[in-house]
Amino acid sequence: MIAIEGVTKAYAGITALADVGFSIAAGEAVCLAGENGSGKSTLIKILAGVEQPNAGTIRFSGEPAGTLNPRRSAAAGIMVIFQDFSLFPNLSVAENIGFSAELATERRLVNRGRVRKLAAEMLKRLGVEIDLDVLVETLPVAHKQLVAICRALACDARLIIMDEPTTALTEREVRILLGIIRRLKADGVAVLFVSHKLAEVLEVCEKVVVLRNGRKVAEGPATEFDAASLTHHMTGRDVAEEPPPPVDPAAPVLMQVRSLAKAGSFDAVSFDLRAGEVLGISGLLGSGRTALAKALFGLAAPDQGSVTVASKAVALGDPLAAAACGIAYVPEDRLTEGLFLTQSILRNVGIGRLEAHCRGGMLDLAGLWGEATDWLRKLTVKTASVEAPVRSLSGGNQQRVVLARWLATAPRVLVLNGPSVGVDVGSKSDIHGIIRDLSQTGLGVIVISDDLPELLATCHRILVMKAGRITDEIAGADITAEDLAHRLAS
Amino acid sequence: MRPDFSRNETLVALVILGFCTLATVADPSFLSLATLTDLLRGGIVLGIFAVAALLVLISGGLDVSFTAVAAFTMYTTALMLNSWAPGVPWYAAFAVGMCVGGLLGLINGIFIAGFGLPTLIVTLGTLSVFRGFMLTFIGQKQITTLPSGMREFGRAMMVRGTNADGSFYSLPWAFAALVLAVVVTWAILHRTMLGRAIFAIGGSLESARRIGVNVRGTQYFVYIYVGVLAGLAGVIHASLARVANPFDLVGLELSVIAAVVLGGARLAGGYGTLTGTLLGVALIVLVRNSLVVIGIPSTWQSVAIGILILIGTGLPAWQARRAAARAA
Repeated sequence: MIAIEGVTKAYAGITALADVGFSIAAGEAVCLAGENGSGKSTLIKILAGVEQPNAGTIRFSGEPAGTLNPRRSAAAGIMVIFQDFSLFPNLSVAENIGFSAELATERRLVNRGRVRKLAAEMLKRLGVEIDLDVLVETLPVAHKQLVAICRALACDARLIIMDEPTTALTEREVRILLGIIRRLKADGVAVLFVSHKLAEVLEVCEKVVVLRNGRKVAEGPATEFDAASLTHHMTGRDVAEEPPPPVDPAAPVLMQVRSLAKAGSFDAVSFDLRAGEVLGISGLLGSGRTALAKALFGLAAPDQGSVTVASKAVALGDPLAAAACGIAYVPEDRLTEGLFLTQSILRNVGIGRLEAHCRGGMLDLAGLWGEATDWLRKLTVKTASVEAPVRSLSGGNQQRVVLARWLATAPRVLVLNGPSVGVDVGSKSDIHGIIRDLSQTGLGVIVISDDLPELLATCHRILVMKAGRITDEIAGADITAEDLAHRLAS
Repeated sequence: MRPDFSRNETLVALVILGFCTLATVADPSFLSLATLTDLLRGGIVLGIFAVAALLVLISGGLDVSFTAVAAFTMYTTALMLNSWAPGVPWYAAFAVGMCVGGLLGLINGIFIAGFGLPTLIVTLGTLSVFRGFMLTFIGQKQITTLPSGMREFGRAMMVRGTNADGSFYSLPWAFAALVLAVVVTWAILHRTMLGRAIFAIGGSLESARRIGVNVRGTQYFVYIYVGVLAGLAGVIHASLARVANPFDLVGLELSVIAAVVLGGARLAGGYGTLTGTLLGVALIVLVRNSLVVIGIPSTWQSVAIGILILIGTGLPAWQARRAAARAA
């Protein structure tokens, strides 16, 4: 249906794509894998007609497409679903689905009946039920994605390009998405997944194309790839994840949590964390894992229970008190909860240490910056300048900046919520390495995640949460990812 | 149907009802046609301004220059007609005013849509420039003899009569202009793709761009349309006041925006209704006209309006936060 031949693109002398070619047939799903900076985004932009290649041709059904622009791409049925879905939060589901199609008809007047009918048809085609009249801002992420898919279908999409489709979804939602992709394929719609977290979509794909540094390094039927070989092709090295070395049995108990409960979120949560131990907490979305993480750091006040760190009770529901007791919390959504995106990297690290470097009301700037630079170096944050805004960093490096800020405060317990969400494979294993090194210095680490291989690679023990309660405790070395997935879902 | 208390409209309507009840208890003659027509008359210029401000807020912008556009238009229109065509009918005066207003709106549009500058900064600048230009180069003296068309329009009454107690009441035809402005704006917002595009760019500018909405064209339309409405409001203001005073109007912009926000529009863009806007205007006019009736001295007016804004916009925001906290 669409063939890409020898596409090359350079920005200001830097080659983003070099001689990339592959084809997608109608009803076929293709995985385009690659780390951040591998040229995936550039390729999406070229297909969407936003950027023009320096060389190479794109063919639709055998015919050279000539120079693409956004309108011509859309007319050819190429629809991109961006990671943020590009929906309108203030408009209804029906209107979001119908908007582009209405725009394409160049009508001047709105016919709400027609828009609703179109939207209802598209939702029916996917076999999902979403209220047409609710505002999109009130929908959960998974539903927003479905609305975005419907919008693409409403414009007669023949190829849907999905940028990082699974990043924001839980395992169960990914299952539902895969079912929908199968339906689309049966309808003759082609799908191109663009992601660095592909293992989950592999089963619905016919073909895999791997990019590295702007070049195609592998292409083949999806059956020939697995998570390990994908990682190998994407990073160009083998990232072997080994379980962490055992905890010293004599290590003291660092943190005690006793019958912590919050109505509607979690109940009767008790556990111990020893110095140098990495404890995993997992569970499906809605199992209470994030609410528990927030409660441990005082962002939400539990109704009852107690938390002690080094035998000292921590005042509940107060982040400052938690921080003073040595608890550090790295949130799941570091973009909105953890970082000052427009501020410099250095300031982002230094912010947590303002008081420590305060001398009689004045800041000891040299000391503050010195310490911050030191931590950035220890965590190998890659940047041209520490004065650059945090926004300019890749996901993995941003996560390191958040870590650096907390480590500068010398915490005793580090709570990491989704430590590698939105981080590429290479950086992910680096972050796992950092977690391992930290735990060996005697820090207690709690990793909250639904990324099962990640839990297995970092944790000594894993607690499974279901409906707000801890239902299972597993030693990390004793279980495989499949077993764990089974225990989570059962 | 159960009233939805999380909506600003409901809250504002309740406050209006409460206010009227209090006023009637304090002075039974408050409940009369004369009060109603006073209220409606007081809401004409403010209402047209509010409709204009609502459109900009929905599109994700903030315009503070519309009062200066209105003052500029009112003054230059009166001056131009007096010197060149004093005898033209009222609709010609309106057409001139709306053209002048539209041109000034176009200037805002060039900076905002053309150069992509922030709306508040551009309109803060043009507010000052339009006003300063008028006072420096065009004139500062009140025009007490308006062109005959405007004079007659100001005197034309839709309804007039005498109450049982002998007091007069009347409602000028200018009120029809407000009704027309509301109806036309409603139709644009809800029945045309252009209107939906205004909502879309207010909801997410980037998304609108990606799916091919003509963002620049839409923004040009918004600022020109606001200019036209402001020009209309200016000409009506002069007609009703029977004088074109260049020092009038400017200073009202924050009350107008307050009325719109009170009615539920969000400063961040994408949300707002005409019903809410008109209720907001009604409340503010009520407070300005009738605070004295319930025994609050008129010097407290701005305090009362400020408190209303704090409660009226604070309460729904607080409720939303509580709802979000419960859901988390």
